Parts: sequence; structure tokens; C-alpha cells
Amino acid sequence: MGTLFPVAAVLAALVVGAVMLLLLGASPGEGFAAMIDGAFGGPRELADTVNKAVPLLLVGVGITIAFRANVINIGGEGQIVLGALTATALALALPDWPAVVLLPLGLAAGLVGGAVWGAVPGALKAYFGVNEILSTIMLNIVAVQGMNYLLRGPMIDPAEIESGSRIPQTMRLPPATDLPVLVPDTRLNLGAVIAVVAAVVVYVFLWRTTYGYRIRAVGLNPFASRYAGIDVKRSTVVALTLSGALCGLAGAILVFGSESHRMVTDGSTTGFTGSAGFNGIVAALFGGLHPIGTIPASFLFGALLVGANRLQRVTQVPSALVIALNGLVVVFVVSSAIWKRRLEQRAQLEAVQTGDQAAQTSLPGDVAPAAADPPGRDSGTDDG
Amino acid sequence: MAETLPGTGGRGHGLDLAMRGIVKRFPGVLANDHVDFDVRRGEIHTLLGENGAGKSTLMKILYGLYRPDAGEIRIDGEPVQIDSPRRAIELGIGMIHQHFMLVPTLTVAENVALGLASPKGPLLDLAPVARRIEELSEAYGLRVDPGAMVWQLSVGEQQRVEIIKALYRDAELLALDEPTAVLTPQEVEDLFVTLRAMAAEGHSLIFISHKLHEVLDISDRITVLRNGRLVGTVSSADATKAGLARMMVGREVVLEQVRAPVEVGPPRLEIFDVRARGDRGTEAVRGVSLQVRAGEILAIAGVSGNGQRELAEVVAGLREATGGRVLIDGSDVTGADPGQRRALGLAYIPEERMRDGAIGQFTVAENLMLHDFDRPPFARHGFLDFAEIERHCRRLVADFDVKTPSLDTTMKSLSGGNIQKAILARELSANPKVLVASQPTRGVDIGATEYIHRRLLDQRARGTATLLISEDLDEILALADRIAVMYEGEVMDVVDRADADVGRLGLLMAGVRDSGT
Repeated sequence: MGTLFPVAAVLAALVVGAVMLLLLGASPGEGFAAMIDGAFGGPRELADTVNKAVPLLLVGVGITIAFRANVINIGGEGQIVLGALTATALALALPDWPAVVLLPLGLAAGLVGGAVWGAVPGALKAYFGVNEILSTIMLNIVAVQGMNYLLRGPMIDPAEIESGSRIPQTMRLPPATDLPVLVPDTRLNLGAVIAVVAAVVVYVFLWRTTYGYRIRAVGLNPFASRYAGIDVKRSTVVALTLSGALCGLAGAILVFGSESHRMVTDGSTTGFTGSAGFNGIVAALFGGLHPIGTIPASFLFGALLVGANRLQRVTQVPSALVIALNGLVVVFVVSSAIWKRRLEQRAQLEAVQTGDQAAQTSLPGDVAPAAADPPGRDSGTDDG
Repeated sequence: MAETLPGTGGRGHGLDLAMRGIVKRFPGVLANDHVDFDVRRGEIHTLLGENGAGKSTLMKILYGLYRPDAGEIRIDGEPVQIDSPRRAIELGIGMIHQHFMLVPTLTVAENVALGLASPKGPLLDLAPVARRIEELSEAYGLRVDPGAMVWQLSVGEQQRVEIIKALYRDAELLALDEPTAVLTPQEVEDLFVTLRAMAAEGHSLIFISHKLHEVLDISDRITVLRNGRLVGTVSSADATKAGLARMMVGREVVLEQVRAPVEVGPPRLEIFDVRARGDRGTEAVRGVSLQVRAGEILAIAGVSGNGQRELAEVVAGLREATGGRVLIDGSDVTGADPGQRRALGLAYIPEERMRDGAIGQFTVAENLMLHDFDRPPFARHGFLDFAEIERHCRRLVADFDVKTPSLDTTMKSLSGGNIQKAILARELSANPKVLVASQPTRGVDIGATEYIHRRLLDQRARGTATLLISEDLDEILALADRIAVMYEGEVMDVVDRADADVGRLGLLMAGVRDSGT
């Protein structure tokens, strides 16, 4: 039942999408064929899909850590931007360092930048009771304005000033930071490997280490955790910090893996992140808030986004439809999670009403919509 | 037509109820399996059974909250369909729920009239309501002031309002779900006087309780359910506690554990003039001083809400003390966190076990490791050692008789008794110096209660100083060496078990100090 709901949600979104295509005078069959071809048609298309999925996966597993601690991180966008900025700044500062040092160091800088942008709302929530949804959204705005300022001023490519065109972008980063291409003639780069490894590491972290145990315990029941001697506040901060770090890593990979090998802004967050900070949340929910489940979920969303570009080119429908289709999937996925939870609640209620106290729980930690049944430590690998 | 104010007394008192072959299925559970149950005019009939035996389901069917899958209900010989509580009320069935359905900001009379049409049309006239309440109070010994606000009333008084509400609606058959759970012994006596008066008037009464001595005291007949099936109906005159327990559990049960004499050691838990606030910010614990010695069980008796829970939480380190000191084994832990206290030898069985004692969605193993998961040999360099954890948990589950399909089963899918045994296993496995046990057997079946009592006495023999907090006087009298009675945040008195009797404890629980010298 658990995996059936998201699949049904995607199908439902596609049906509504088909209706919208019809209303716009385009053929749904042709449209969807274009989407599939655009996402999976050949090695290049596949590589693009994977590249699109990489930031979604990194953000998704980051979000998973936060959700498991019962913290909702909507700040993926800002954390991506911060990670990209720190990674870029480091790369620009050390242009002559060899790739074996500079590339890992640059990625680490991305981790740190995102971590800071996660730690701030984490500390605000834990020690001052500030709602993390609000603070992370606000910090997204701070991040994008900071990026615009830096790329227009201190970090701008000197050539842009000389030529007078003043495009807000950095100079080309040292080639040592270029992510190695894995398959010739495609754009598939090392980022894909890093993201999958990160997902596995997060899985091991959450289910096999004491830190992960603390985070999950705090997320499910802060009262019992506190009595067990777990520092609930610190665990909250740690969870948001790690969540931010993974988003920051996504930012670094976005820059190091970009075609222009530089950081560019069009003034908006989306222009740089492609909304990965939000889409990653959906991928995480879709993946059952499980790091391993998030791998295929991110791939699917990557395919949807890449395929949508082709759809737009082939059928000439407005690009807004593509965004709408994406939004539909989000709506259906989230509501399918609610449906699932309702069914579970009903089952639980019936168990309670028969007088069976065993099923009688009302844990405050039961928030994560799709995480109603967190996989045990032995069931992780069969997910997805 | 809608019912009108005021109630008239209906068709005359009493009715004969017969439920035949009642079947109710829920997914995966047969909650009622061909249950026969009948109540005669003027009879007090107890429905007895463990949690999950099917009592609540049967009562919900009677009150129209559930439709039975099969079976028949007859009232005075006539088959009836009860498809809603409204229909049940029309038929003269009243129900007193464990949680009262009163509006705290309204008066007694307003609560009684709530939901009924007024004889003056849109105008509310409470004078006849108040008059009728006084009549009912008089007739059945239900002392209550019709003009009092419900929030000002004690739990016992609120219960009387509920009964008056039902009588006002001409209930001729009244079902009371665990009505004594929240009452002091004196209030229980008062309630029983009322119930007997009602039965004498011809009312039919269904009494639900698991306190066997009360059941034997008040009932004419007793029907026992187990696992959704009828075990049997016996006359109270022929029944014994042991016999009823056997019917409920399906095997012999040791109701009274043997309390062997134990040499008392030095004080392990010392509480000096402790003060603490309750959840609403008002002072809940007002200067309590107690001392518990090694090998001793000190019980705190009292009606729920008199500061016992807050006191236990202060000792456990979950609630800040606003004054006073707490010492564990001689060390001052007043400002220490729960982890530090545990390191000094404290264990705690919390009252709200699913909130403070366990993580429902965690597995049994994960719950058993809640305090030790980050310590060798269960964790090395930050990684959990599952082989070691499993070995340890297997032993705990076997030692403490926790019935679970596997260690990877989620905690919330176990029964209340097994959840409590798992918590007990975790807390007692370190052989604590001090144990705080808050309502350790509330909502737990008889079999598990027997086991938990035995474990607490074992721990006493091993020199643990136990602070037992319970609202169940039977439990206290069975286990405690000394008994402290709390009332409104203060200790009224501390009495030795040998000098304690229910009457004296009951007076103290009601806030009455010994008048003698």
C-alpha cells in the first residue's frame, strides 16, 4: 500500500495534465511521448535527467534528516545558494591549487556554507522557539539578495566591468573545480556519484549510528527522548545543520557541474537553483522520507523536469503548463500522503475502539506525512 | 417531537434489557463474539473483563454508537433497533462515560438542560430545571448545587451531575463506565448509596469496573467477558475475587503478593520541602518532604491531580523544582538533568508511558535501548552494534516476559501490559538504587499487574528504594511499607502500612486530617 499511493498520485497528475494539454489544443499523446523521449530518449537525455536529479536527491536526503527530527526545512533554496557562494569563493581564492585538493575542498566549502544557513534556523527554533518554516523561508530571501549583491559587486567577473556589460556573474572558475565527466559525449558528471553516495551515507547515519538514533527519537517523541537523556535542542540544531549542509553540497555541485563553470544570477533564486530546494522536498516525500527511496524519486522528478522542457518545445504549450504539471504532482503526492495517513488513523481508531490499548498512541512527533511507517533498520534496502 | 423540559419521570422506573448473540467485527478483531448479556429491572449488573475483552464495544452497541454485525437487542421483550445515541436515550438508556461530557463554563442546571427543548419556546427557563435537579438530588442522595459552575466542582460532584443528567432524561437503564476510577473511597461509598437507591426504585444498572472488591460489593450479578467472548454470568453471592480473576484471565492469578520482611537500609531518596508548578502554572507541589530508604516502598496515595504526578516528575528531572532539594543516594540532584540522575541510580516508570516512557514508532529493541544506545558495548565510535543490542534485548524480553512477535515490532503494536513490561525491563535492568513508579499498573491487565507487582517486590528485596505513586488503594496496600497521602500539593500524613486502613486513608485523601489526638 505504501508505494501504491505515490504512483497513483503521479498518474492522477498526468491525467489532469492531459486535460490541460487538450484544453490548450495540444495532443496529450504527442506531448507525453515528447516528455518520455526528452527524458530517456538517449544517453544525452538520460545524462541530463540524472544531472537534474542530483540536486533534488541531495536536497531530498537533507530534508529527510530534518523531517526525521520533526523539523520542516523549507530553506533548501537559500542553503543551496549559500553553499554555491562559499564553494565559488573558495575556488576563486585558490585558483592554482591542484584538482585533487581544490575539488574536495570546494565541495566541503559548499557543505559548510549550507550548514551555517541550516544551523541558524535550527538554533533559533531550539533556543528561542522561532518557527523554522518562517525562518527558513526568510533566510531564502536573505540568501538570494546576498547572492545578487555579491555577484553584482565583490565577486563579479572583472571582464564584465571592463566590457561594461556588467552581467552579474563570476569569472570562470579554475578548471580544477570542473566535475569530471563520467560518460564521454554526455554531461553526466561526478555529481551523480556524490549524490548517491550521500544518500547511502545518510541512510547509514540515520539508522546505524547513535547520532541518527537520537535524531529519529527526538523527531518521534521529544518527551521520551528528553527523559532518555538526549539533548533535544541540540539534536534539532544538528538535524537542521546537516540538512543545510547537504543542500549546500547541492549548490556547490550546481556550480562546479555547470556548463559555464561559473556562478550566474538572474536576480531570482529559481534562476540559479531551478527550484531544487523545493522540488527536493517533494522528492523526499515521494521517497517516503527515506534516503534510499529518495534516489528513484529524484530520478523521476528529474525526468519530469527534463521531459517537460522537450514537451514545451514540441507542443509549443506555454512553459507555465510545465510548472503547473510539476505543481500538480506535488499536490497529488502530498494529498496522497494525507489519504494514507487517514486510512492508518482509521485503522488505529478502530483498534482503539475495540478497547485494544496497544494501538492507542497519540505521539506528538507524528508529523511527517509520508513517514507514517519509518522503515526499520533491516528494511531499508528493499525500498523504492 | 423533541423532548421537553422538565423531565417527568417517564414511563415508570426500570426496564428489562436482553442482548442476544451480539457479534461485532473490526478489521482483524472479533470484538464481540456471540455475546449474551441481560439486565433485569432493579438489578445492578457488573460487566467485568480485561482491556480488549469487549466491554466497551458491547456498551457502545447498547448506546447506538456501533451497529452490531449480528444479534438482537430486546427491551421489555420487544426487539429494538438502536441506531443512534438519541434513539438509546428515547428508549430510556443512559450512559455515564469515564470522561465527563460537561461544559465547564456553564452551571449545573445549564449543563443538565443542554440539548433539550425549553417549554417556553425560545426562552430559557432554568427554574423548573433547578427544581427537578433538587428533587433528584433528594431522592438519590446526589448532593449538588444547581447554580454552581461545573468547573468549580470536584470530580465526584461532576459525576453526580452526569448521573442527574441521565436521570433528568428519564434514563431507566444506566450504564456507568469505570465510575469509581476517579473517586476517593468515601466518594465511592456515596456513589454506591446512590446506585443502591436507584436500583431500589427499579432502575436497571450496568456497572463497569475492574476493582474486584467493589464489584463484589455492589453487584447483584456479574458477567465476565474475555477476548470478546462471554465467559459466564454469576451471582455476586456465589462469586469470589479469585474466581472472578480466574474467569477474566483464564488461569489462576495471585492477587496478593507475599511481602517478605526486608531489612531497611540507609535513605536513598530524600526530598526536602520541594515545590513545583503544574502545567497551568499554579503551584501543584507545596513543600513536600519525604525520605525513602533502601529496601522500602513508600507509596503516595491521593486522588488524581493533587500534585503526585508533578512530584514524580520533579524527582525524575522532567519538571523544575521551584523550591526545595532532591537528593539521590546522598547527592543533590535538584538541578540535574534526567541523564545525570540515572547515572546516580534513578529509574522511572512514568505515568504517561506512551509519552514519557516509550517511542511508539520505534521498535521494541530501539525502545529497550533508549537509555544505553550510546554506551559500549551497544555503540562503538558512534555506530550501533546490532549484534550486541539484539543479544541484550533478547535477554531482557525473556527475563521480563515481554510478549512480542519480534524485537523489530513497533512498540505501539504491543498491548498495554507488554509495553509496561518492556519499560520495566529497561528501567530495572540496571538494578536501580531509587525507583519512581507512577501508576505502574494503570490500564494494564491483571496478568501483567500480577507480574509487575512481583517485580516491584523483588526490587525491594534487592534494596531498591521505591517511590510508588498510585490511585489504586488496593495496589498501595499490597505493596507499600509506608503510605504518604497527598492532598492539594501537600503531604497530609505518612502512615505505616500496619496502621493504615482504607477509611483513614480515604479521609486523608479528601483533605481531612485526623481529628483524634
